[in-house]
Amino acid sequence: MPHSAHTIEILRFNTCGSVDDGKSTLIGRLLYDSKNLMEDQIEALERSADITGGGQINLANLTDGLRAEREQGITIDVAYRYFATPKRKFIVADTPGHVQYTRNMVTGASTANLSIVLIDARQGVIEQTRRHTYIAALLGIPHLVIAVNKMDLVDWSEERFLEIREDIESFLPKLDVFRDVKFIPLSALNGDNVVEPSKNTPWFGGPTLLNHLETVHIASDWNLNAFRFPVQWVNRPNNPTDPTLHDFRGLSGQIAGGIVKKGQQVLVLPSGLKSTIKDIWTYNGVLEEAFSPQSVTLCLEHDIDVSRGDMIVALDSLPGMNSDLHARICWMNIRPLQQGKKYLLKHTTQTVQCVVTSIESKINISTFDAEPQPRELAVNDIGVIRLKTARPLVFDGYHANRLTGSFILIEQGTNQTVGAGMLMPPTETVKIDDADFAI
Amino acid sequence: MNTDTGTLAIDAAASKPPNAPSPTETTREKMSATKTSYQLDHLQYLETEAIHIMREVAAEFERPCLMFSGGKDSICLLRLAEKAFRPSDIPMPFLNVDTGHHFPELNEFRDRRANELGGKLIVRKVEDAIAKGIAVPTPGEISRNRLQIPTLLAAIEEFQFDCAIGGARRDEEKARAKERFFSFRDSFGQWDPKNQRPEIWNLYNARVNPGEHMRVFPLSNWTEMDVWQYIKREKLEVPSIYFSHKRKCVRRNGQWLPVSDLLPLKPNDEIKELVVRVRTIGDIISTGMVESPADDVDDIIAEIAAARVTERGSRADDKSSEAAMEDRKKQGYF
Repeated sequence: MPHSAHTIEILRFNTCGSVDDGKSTLIGRLLYDSKNLMEDQIEALERSADITGGGQINLANLTDGLRAEREQGITIDVAYRYFATPKRKFIVADTPGHVQYTRNMVTGASTANLSIVLIDARQGVIEQTRRHTYIAALLGIPHLVIAVNKMDLVDWSEERFLEIREDIESFLPKLDVFRDVKFIPLSALNGDNVVEPSKNTPWFGGPTLLNHLETVHIASDWNLNAFRFPVQWVNRPNNPTDPTLHDFRGLSGQIAGGIVKKGQQVLVLPSGLKSTIKDIWTYNGVLEEAFSPQSVTLCLEHDIDVSRGDMIVALDSLPGMNSDLHARICWMNIRPLQQGKKYLLKHTTQTVQCVVTSIESKINISTFDAEPQPRELAVNDIGVIRLKTARPLVFDGYHANRLTGSFILIEQGTNQTVGAGMLMPPTETVKIDDADFAI
Repeated sequence: MNTDTGTLAIDAAASKPPNAPSPTETTREKMSATKTSYQLDHLQYLETEAIHIMREVAAEFERPCLMFSGGKDSICLLRLAEKAFRPSDIPMPFLNVDTGHHFPELNEFRDRRANELGGKLIVRKVEDAIAKGIAVPTPGEISRNRLQIPTLLAAIEEFQFDCAIGGARRDEEKARAKERFFSFRDSFGQWDPKNQRPEIWNLYNARVNPGEHMRVFPLSNWTEMDVWQYIKREKLEVPSIYFSHKRKCVRRNGQWLPVSDLLPLKPNDEIKELVVRVRTIGDIISTGMVESPADDVDDIIAEIAAARVTERGSRADDKSSEAAMEDRKKQGYF
C-alpha cells in the first residue's frame, strides 16, 4: 500500500553525493519500488522520456523539479520529497552534490535524522565524499548510511565494496559523532538492494536501504535531558469571553529540549528570576507534563516580566549565557565573512546585533585540518569564529542541543541569510543565586 | 538532539588513540536514558512544526494575514492557528481572493467558518480587479486562474500585508517541492527559485523591506494523507463537495467538469449525472470531479490510500505544460 493510513513515526533524511552519483535516481527508485508513485507521475515521466531521454524513463526527472535543472541536468537546490511505507513516513531532502553548493547540503541536513552519502563504486571515495561526510558530522546527524552505488559497473565486486568501506573507516574516527554507520552496496538504476534484496550480492548480509530506513532507531534523537523553552510569543487575551481567562498570561513556544512538569521550579533567563510552572496550557486542555518538541503555552506562578527571546530552563541542568561566543560556521554568501563585520544573529526566538571579533581557523574539509587565522571565510567555507553579541545568548553546545546551539547570521540591508552557526559548549554555565522566588 | 561529548570529535581527533574502535556497523548508545513514551507520532510532529511557524509569523511580522479559501488545507491552517494562539484571538485577518468561479458551497463554508472563529474575513474579487483594470483578461480567456495573481497582489498592497500564510504543500507539485517555509517575495510579488534564502534548522529569517512580503507555508511538510488524517483526528468540518454527491457533469479533456452557468456547453457535449466528489478544489470550470462513493472522512482516507493518481491530476490548470506551476509561481501565484 503506497500510503499508510495509521499514525507512525517520521524519519527525515537527506541524500548527498557528487554530480552523477545517482542521488535523484536513488530517490526516484525508492519512490518507484515502494509504490509511492502515482499513474499521472509515471505518465509525466514517460512523456519527458520521449522528449529528452530517447524513450528511456529517467527516474531522476521525478526530483529534478525546476526547469533550469532539467535543462542543465543537475539539481540546483534543496528539494523535499514525501513517501510512506506501512512502517514509517519519510521526508527526504534531496541536496545537491555540486561543489559550490555546500550551503544547500547544510540546509537539507540541518533537520535530518539520517544522511545517505552516495559513492560511485567506480570512483570510490573522492574529495566530495569526505566533504559530505564531514558536513553530516558537523551538523550532528546521528545516523549515517554510506550507499555504494553503481555496483553493477564494478561487476558486483565484494572486494571493491570492502575497499571503499575501508577508505571511509580510515577517516570516520576523526568524525566521531555518528551513533551508527551502515554500508550498503546497491544499484539505484537497477534497483538492487534499494527496496528489494539483490541477487547480485550474495556476500552482503545487511539490510536493503529501505529496510534500514524503516528500522533504524530514531526515538532517542530528540534531547529529553535538559529542559529548554525559548519564549516565542506572549499569550495575553485582549477580551476573553471566558471570565476565568481574564488574568491569563501565557508564554507560548516550542520546547527545545527536555521535559517540563506542572509544579516544577524553573529559571527565566537572562533575568535570572525563578518561578514555578502553574499550568501547561494547550488548546486541547492542560497537561501534567510536556516534552520536546511539543508546542505549549506555559503559565508561571509569579507575575514576572518575560518576553520573546527569553529562555525558561530547568534548575538542574543549566545552559551557558554569554555575549562572547565561540562557534563553527558555514558561510553561505558571496560577500565573505571578515573580522569586524556586523550582522544580525537569530538564535532560538531572538535576533540580536553581533560583530565578528576573530576568525580563528578555516577548516579544510577534505583533510579535516584547521588552517589558522585565515583572512576571511568565502562562500561554502567552514570555519571557527568568535562573535560578540549586543545581548547575551542563553545557549547550549550544538552537539548537546541542535535547537539551542544553532544560529543564523543575517546581512543587514539585503536581509540575506549568510551563515549557519553551531555553538561550542559553554565554558561555564549560568550560576543561580540563592535569592528566593520572584515576587 | 543529544550526544554532548564536549566538542565535536573533529577537534579531538588528535587526542584519540589511533586504534580506537571504528563506529562502523555498531550502534553505540551515547545518551542517557530515553523513554520511548516521550515520542510524537507523525501528525503530532507536523502539528508542532506548523504551530511553531504560525507563532513565528505572529511575533515577527507587523501585518500578517492568513489565506483562507474554505478548502481542506486552509481548514487545517485555521485549526493550527487556534492551537497556536488560543485563548487569545487569532492575531491576523483571513484573506480570500474570490475568482467569481468558486463553488458556492465553498464560499458559504468560508464565510461561516471565519465567523465562528471570530476572525475578520477580507474578500477581494477578481471581478472588481478587472473592473478597476488591475487584472486584465486576455481576449477569450475564460479561466480566472491567472487573474487571481494581480488581485492577490493588489490586496496585499491595499492592506500593506508583510506576510501571507498559505496552505500550500510541497507534495502537491514539483516546483513547490523546492519552496521554503518562509518564501520571500520581492516588491513585484515574484518568487525567485534560484535565489531563495537558505532555511536552516527551525530558524526562519522573516526579515523583509517595505513593499516586500513573505509567503509562509506551515503545511509544507504535509501530504494529502496527513491533511485528511488531521481532519479526522481533529474532527474538522469540511465543505460538502468533498463528499460523494450527485452532480451533472460534462466530459472535457478526459475529466468530468461540473455543469454550471459559468461553463458554456457545446452542442455535442456528453452530459451525465454521476456520483462524484472533489479531491482538490479549484475553480468550478476547471475542477475535475472524481467518481466516488466516499461519503465520510474514513472513506476518503481509504480512497487516498488506494489512489492511483495524484491530487493535482484532477486540476486542468496544472496540465497545460510540465512547467505550468513554476511559471505561475514566479509571477506570484499562491
